[in-house]
Amino acid sequence: MASVVKFLTGTRGKGRLHWTDWFTYAYLLGGILLMFGPVLWLVASSFKTDAELDKFPPRFLPHAALTVELEGHDKPLPLFKVTKGDLAGEQVAQVRRIGLTSQVVRLSEPDKKIKISVKDREPMEKISIATKNYTDLFRKFDFLQFFWNSTFITVAATIIMLIVNSMAAFALSKYQFKGRATVMAIVIGVLMVPQTVVLVPLFIVTKELGMLDTLWGVIIPGAATPTGIFLLRQYMLTIPDEILDAARMDKASEWKIYWRIILPLSAPAIAVLAILAIMWRWNDFLWPLIVLSRTENFTLQLALNSFQGEMATQWSNLLAMTVLTLLPVALVFAFLQKYIATGIASTGGK
Amino acid sequence: MANLSLKNVKKAFGNIEVIKGVDLDIEHGEFCVFVGPSGCGKSTLLRMISGLESISGGDVEIDGDRVNDIPAAERGLAMVFQSYALYPHMSVRQNLSFGLENLKTPKDEIEKKINAAAKMLQIDELMDRRPRDLSGGQRQRVAIGRAVVREPRIFLFDEPLSNLDAELRVDMRGEIALLHRQLGNTMIYVTHDQVEAMTMADKIAVLRSGEVEQFGKPLDLFNDPANIFVAGFIGSPKMNFIQGEMQGELLRLTNGESIELPKGRFNVSDGEKVTLGIRPNDIKPGDDVAHGLNATVRSVEQLGGDSYIYAKSANGESITIHRPGQVSISAGEELLLEVEVDKSHLFDRETGVTLLRERTADAKGAPAA
Repeated sequence: MASVVKFLTGTRGKGRLHWTDWFTYAYLLGGILLMFGPVLWLVASSFKTDAELDKFPPRFLPHAALTVELEGHDKPLPLFKVTKGDLAGEQVAQVRRIGLTSQVVRLSEPDKKIKISVKDREPMEKISIATKNYTDLFRKFDFLQFFWNSTFITVAATIIMLIVNSMAAFALSKYQFKGRATVMAIVIGVLMVPQTVVLVPLFIVTKELGMLDTLWGVIIPGAATPTGIFLLRQYMLTIPDEILDAARMDKASEWKIYWRIILPLSAPAIAVLAILAIMWRWNDFLWPLIVLSRTENFTLQLALNSFQGEMATQWSNLLAMTVLTLLPVALVFAFLQKYIATGIASTGGK
Repeated sequence: MANLSLKNVKKAFGNIEVIKGVDLDIEHGEFCVFVGPSGCGKSTLLRMISGLESISGGDVEIDGDRVNDIPAAERGLAMVFQSYALYPHMSVRQNLSFGLENLKTPKDEIEKKINAAAKMLQIDELMDRRPRDLSGGQRQRVAIGRAVVREPRIFLFDEPLSNLDAELRVDMRGEIALLHRQLGNTMIYVTHDQVEAMTMADKIAVLRSGEVEQFGKPLDLFNDPANIFVAGFIGSPKMNFIQGEMQGELLRLTNGESIELPKGRFNVSDGEKVTLGIRPNDIKPGDDVAHGLNATVRSVEQLGGDSYIYAKSANGESITIHRPGQVSISAGEELLLEVEVDKSHLFDRETGVTLLRERTADAKGAPAA
């Protein structure tokens, strides 16, 4: 712990701050603000009520009006503090508001209504978390269905992609065959073709295969990615051929060499690709939007989009769902990020 | 039994022929070493025997069965690689058992074989470690163990000691030789180090650019090299070569000096251009010789027990002299060298073939270059 503190508060100047220290800390703090500011704002806002969200100027923490239950009133009444007039300095409960006047009662005399100007009172508030935004997702919308769709697509697509790509990479890195260079050139060439260009042909193929509006229609077209093949191939090139020869002498079939030797030895690169694939698939919006049309097939990203109506946007639910959508990817990244570092380090290392 | 025979074996990569027709017969139980400079095709030849490399022409036969088209694993061979090629993600135990599992050996039998091999190679303490946690020598043992558990008909070693330091190399050399005595299997060993070849082999095949220059027992190769290449390659320090021309019984060197050669030792005719070969042991400084060789000492290495004198002849040919014990010669000195002509060699300068008249029975069969 002491070392962490020491690391975080390290300076270049001894005793006093060098100008580079000022610069570095300012830069780092600016970076933190830029990176985490929007996320924190999103999380804080997701706990605000709709009324609070519409408020101007916006406040960082979610607030809710303090209320009090009084005799003779069915509903809890919001509390106000009077700033001007006869009641100045007193706490009152508002019974109702009519235009610019507000009917209030003293807490001690719940029956006696007093009229004051709305300008002469200030609402009394407390910090309060509107968990309703989240519970609504499950009550009013089929959040779990969207979540399942997204998860299924991500997991299935990632697994299929890893298998297909690693097989292709194995062949392209470890077998000598005619046209290998050509195939590799095509794979790398495809990297340069933007996805939007192939969108229409891809749609037609998917339609002809009868996969429109099914989850498989989202999964299959992206099963082989040139990036993945290239990444894995470059890593597999570093595996010495002698190990494969040794396995061949040990009577391992080519399939077994792939399964028992190549795959375990490429684990760092596969981990990197898995993380990338999970993030790509989870965050994918355009292709699912094109393929999926029924609500029950929607992924989370599509569901989020559907909150944004032409007339009105349910910001509170939208924000809550956005937070829930972000969570899995953030978790995956948090747990697997060390593999990204080691993966990149060991791909270039040897 | 495992007799291996290569019949006019050839290998070509595209238009480039790397193995140009090799004929060899290796008998059961023999320790055969392929030796040659790098790029001579010795590793390729070994990989062709193993089945990892395809054969472009000729036949490889094991016990009389042609195995050209039998895949590597089914030839009943095991190979130890230069880089050991252990499976980095498996423990020592898994490394040893992988091959046996692929052969569908029953579990208890695998266990028994692994333990026996581990005990023999003294790696039984390391069974649960990963290769990266082992030293070079230990990795080497595991690699050998992986070959041993397979109980192959023939062991193939591809420069297994080249990654070890000098001291360990000598130890492992002894251990592989011991292993050969214990198992009695046929072993084929590839190396570029002629010392390894001389110390371990029953038979040596000297290769150069895809051809066998000579095949025979180590000492036969040393005493009776078939050509100038083998003469220069086998033996350390290298054999000295001096250019000359025959003048009756005398060998006239290019600088005018002459050496008398023993009568009847060589098949030469008058006026023939030849190269004289003398081992560093067969040449010594003398005072009173009729036909000596003048040389200037360049440097002297005194090792205590042995001394090496590096000299240059008047003609600029370098001459190495090995003397047992210590010498009182220093750099810059002029020497008159006496050649033990009875042990000298003579080679045709054009073809490099030996001109020795009576050759050892074993060496005779070797194809001449």
